[in-house]
Amino acid sequence: MSDTCRVIVITSGKGGVGKTTTTANIGAALANMDEKVALLDTDIGLRNLDLALGLENRIVYDIVDVVEGRAKMRQALIKDKRNPNLALLPAAQTRDKSAVNIRQMQQIVSEVKAEGYTFILIDCPAGIEQGFKNATAGATEAIVVTNPEMASVRDADRIIGLLEAQELRNPMLIVNRLRVKMVKNQEALSVEDVQEVLGHSVKLLGIIPEDEGIITSTNRGEPVALTDTSMSGQAFRDIARRLKGEDVPFLDLEERTGILDRLMQLFVGKR
Amino acid sequence: MLLKEIIDRLLGRADKNPRGVARDRLKLVLMQDRSALPASVMEQIRKEILQVLSKYVEIDETALEVNVERADDAVALIANIPIRNVRRDATNPAP
Repeated sequence: MSDTCRVIVITSGKGGVGKTTTTANIGAALANMDEKVALLDTDIGLRNLDLALGLENRIVYDIVDVVEGRAKMRQALIKDKRNPNLALLPAAQTRDKSAVNIRQMQQIVSEVKAEGYTFILIDCPAGIEQGFKNATAGATEAIVVTNPEMASVRDADRIIGLLEAQELRNPMLIVNRLRVKMVKNQEALSVEDVQEVLGHSVKLLGIIPEDEGIITSTNRGEPVALTDTSMSGQAFRDIARRLKGEDVPFLDLEERTGILDRLMQLFVGKR
Repeated sequence: MLLKEIIDRLLGRADKNPRGVARDRLKLVLMQDRSALPASVMEQIRKEILQVLSKYVEIDETALEVNVERADDAVALIANIPIRNVRRDATNPAP
């Protein structure tokens, strides 16, 4: 285990592109690689990350309780039921973004660091207002999540500019919900298209194919990265390895539509 | 799929698939978004242009206009600077 802690904010600008799912899955995958991971839900008032992890019934204290001194950091961090290497600091549900300021958020991050985590992943709220400024304040690296569609890429571009203004240069890019068949039929933007328009300052970290399995796994409260047979799960595990510096080739997403794959699906069940 | 491509090509719309359209629209809109400067920066640009040019010419400050303008496929910074008078010493500026 490394003695340094990496603090990474996961952001997108636009809502609904998969920030929370991405945070939960990269976190779960890193924890399975023996990293000590803390996930921070900074979407105060719109708590979601607890659901993605299936931890919603365990919340006693939240981030605002820590800020306002009602709980110690160690009390508020909820250990994951599957892997004690993974912990969640939940957002407050009954407050709003103004409950925490930038300085307090930086304090929160340093308190989590002091607990000995090697990765802190900050799930950023949608938008570019106070919540975004808070979430990015304590981070030293940034991941931008986008979908291969126009509105989402446009917002990602804006976010990349705002990140640069906060000294978070060269963010990592995740293209989520890629529809391979539509790209092949020239009906939707490809990963290359997205990279081309966003420019060279962003580095591609991962490609997640569109996968109904994400809906079912979120319904169960189990990150898809813990499911061996899922292609999106594999994509998230690959992202975790790349974050740790491994050179992992990108999945050949087209392969899966072949005959062999259909047979595999028959035997393995749903992928 | 293949048939559709052939038909598209015959009708001369090979480049107008939804993917290409999206890519082109996105490129243009991003170029416009990126060129949008905050009002404070525009004001600063205006001031500094004024400062530099005032060394050489007398400018009608109230009529000075600096704008970012967009054409179909390009973005430009356009300045309209009405000159009142050329300064006498401007032709031989101090080193």
